[in-house]
Amino acid sequence: MGKVVLVTGVARQLGGRFVRRVQRDPDVDRVVGVDVVPPEHHLGGAEFVQADIRQSAIGRVLAETGADTVVHLDVTGTPLVSGSRTSVKETNVIGTMQLLGACQKSPTVRRLVVKSSTNVYGSAPRDPAVCTETTTPKSLPSGGFAKDAVEVEGYVRGFARRRPDVAVTVLRFANILGPDAGTPLASYLALPVLPTVFGYDPRLQFVHEDDVLEVLRISSHEPRRGTLNSGTFNIAGDGVLLLSQCSRRLGRPTVPLPLPAVTWAGSLVRTLGMTDFSPEQIRLLTHGRVVDTTQMRETLGFRPQYTTAGAFADFARSRGAGLLPPEALAGAVDRIAELSRRSSGHLPTQSAN
Amino acid sequence: MADAKVIPFDDDRSRGSGTGGASGGAVPPPARRRGTGGRRPGAAEPAPVREVRPLPVPDTGEPSDAAAAADGGDGGLERRIAGGLAFLRRRLTGEYEVDDFGYDAELTDQVLMSLLRPVYENYFRVEVKGVENIPAEGGALIVANHSGTLPLDGLMMQVAVHDHHPADRHLRLLAADLVFVLPVVNELARKLGHTLACAEDAERLLAQGELVGVMPEGFKGIGKPFGERYKLQRFGRGGFVSTALRQGAPIIPCSIVGAEEIYPMIGNSKTLARLLGFPYFPLTPTFPWLGPLGAVPLPTKWTIQFGEPIPTDGYAPEAAEDPMLMFNLTDQVREQIQHTLYKLLVQRRSVFF
Repeated sequence: MGKVVLVTGVARQLGGRFVRRVQRDPDVDRVVGVDVVPPEHHLGGAEFVQADIRQSAIGRVLAETGADTVVHLDVTGTPLVSGSRTSVKETNVIGTMQLLGACQKSPTVRRLVVKSSTNVYGSAPRDPAVCTETTTPKSLPSGGFAKDAVEVEGYVRGFARRRPDVAVTVLRFANILGPDAGTPLASYLALPVLPTVFGYDPRLQFVHEDDVLEVLRISSHEPRRGTLNSGTFNIAGDGVLLLSQCSRRLGRPTVPLPLPAVTWAGSLVRTLGMTDFSPEQIRLLTHGRVVDTTQMRETLGFRPQYTTAGAFADFARSRGAGLLPPEALAGAVDRIAELSRRSSGHLPTQSAN
Repeated sequence: MADAKVIPFDDDRSRGSGTGGASGGAVPPPARRRGTGGRRPGAAEPAPVREVRPLPVPDTGEPSDAAAAADGGDGGLERRIAGGLAFLRRRLTGEYEVDDFGYDAELTDQVLMSLLRPVYENYFRVEVKGVENIPAEGGALIVANHSGTLPLDGLMMQVAVHDHHPADRHLRLLAADLVFVLPVVNELARKLGHTLACAEDAERLLAQGELVGVMPEGFKGIGKPFGERYKLQRFGRGGFVSTALRQGAPIIPCSIVGAEEIYPMIGNSKTLARLLGFPYFPLTPTFPWLGPLGAVPLPTKWTIQFGEPIPTDGYAPEAAEDPMLMFNLTDQVREQIQHTLYKLLVQRRSVFF
């Protein structure tokens, strides 16, 4: 008998791609996608059930489909369709509670995969440079998506205690980048000129969308031999990029602003509702965050295809050139090098004469 | 592709092995002096050729390389320009690497060290002793005394290891959390390879086989009044010993003489310190009375002595949990540093020469 996979948050690109991907797996019989609004993209023939995970209707969906694997992707920082921060928070926290409640009553559920974020570590100068899964942050995130993620993980831990027979996997993703990822950081990096915090050069880590799909797929199946796929794992590409490196590789100039000005501008932008430039994002762009991925490699047995730099390069390709394309700068330096070589090449002949 | 004229030379390696053999205990000659150029315009001999750093750029195999190597001065200049341009190209396009801690090896070697070196060589005229006590490979923990109001002693110790150690080792300093709160300072500290003084970071660096530098006196040492100069303060809780024990890394005591007198701290304005959020606010004979001019350190003559390594790999794994052993080892390290300090002070002819 094949598996029945229930996926939440399929109206987003990532959820849609995951549904299409997991359907191709041979031991998956049926995939059910759930979201509040019908997705704009096709789901590759998967069933779609329009349901709000904040309502108890999700329990009925779970019971009717008899799903044995639940993949909870509806934990995000950005509203799906022009929603407010309140509705995002409700979907994250109340939605997770409802879903977990439904899972607890369901006799068929065997496996639960929850998408979380490395945001749970916060970003503070007093934290260790590299966070492991067991690192307790010095200052817990005070609000925004990071706090949602912390709360979601708390509820998931409670669920795992109450239902020890269900394999629970929490995947803490670093900043997800890819050709069509719509994360707040991606929209920040798409600005023509990047405002940065003066005197800080944060370390960032990225994970490519393809790797996200692959690791979700690995954790929604039985563990491969020698690996264990229940528990909490940091998921990030190898290596680190500084924000200054990112801006140069993208060819987008930066405008360093003092920290108080950035905080003030961030709150102004937020009140005007232009973009989600949240305080936790400002903290990330000030102090940066790097996580340790030893558990991901050794316990989960997953090796990302893209490094941090590779994921970023793929993202940069999809975004087109900035104001100062690195190729142009490199070309200019090469021309100077050529000139200096030519002039010094003439030198010996002159002296010979 | 960069067709920059960069010539890989094995110059560095041969020199390295040469100094490695001469481990008699006397002051080894400066093994490495790197600079992007223009540091000593007076030196007309082939010296500039040796100062150029081999750059990790694929060999383009140009015939002009051999020609350039043949004729001393011009070739050196040409190489320097080419090297500088290749460096500029990499910096502008962001194609350089940093490690998980944000350590930018290239920037440190080529720019930051060249900025610190004049201070090290010409201002404080640092004399280094016992650099052969630092192992050529594997993790090791250098424990030093801390003084001088501003942590210049740490930076000078870093230059000492960088320029004198035959095996191209880089010192990774552990810094107070205040360093990572301050703008600009935190950025430079991370790029120089410093990280937060916490057990997690120290252990991770030692496990990677890095050379880690720590000043366990912390603010108690650096902010002590002038009257208490060269009196070691309490060594924290001895956390550095348990970290070294857990990693089996040898502890190398290091005594720095000369840093105490650079800013003779005759008073401490507690009110100003509290207002600014600093652990102390120094009042010296010149600062803050003379304004920025008063912040110029006195040109004292320094001696940095690396002592005999104290091995920690002979202990059982549970030794790191034994408080008695911890205190004993801490005292041993502390006494060795204090003893060497007194010995160096007796040998010193004057504070400034």
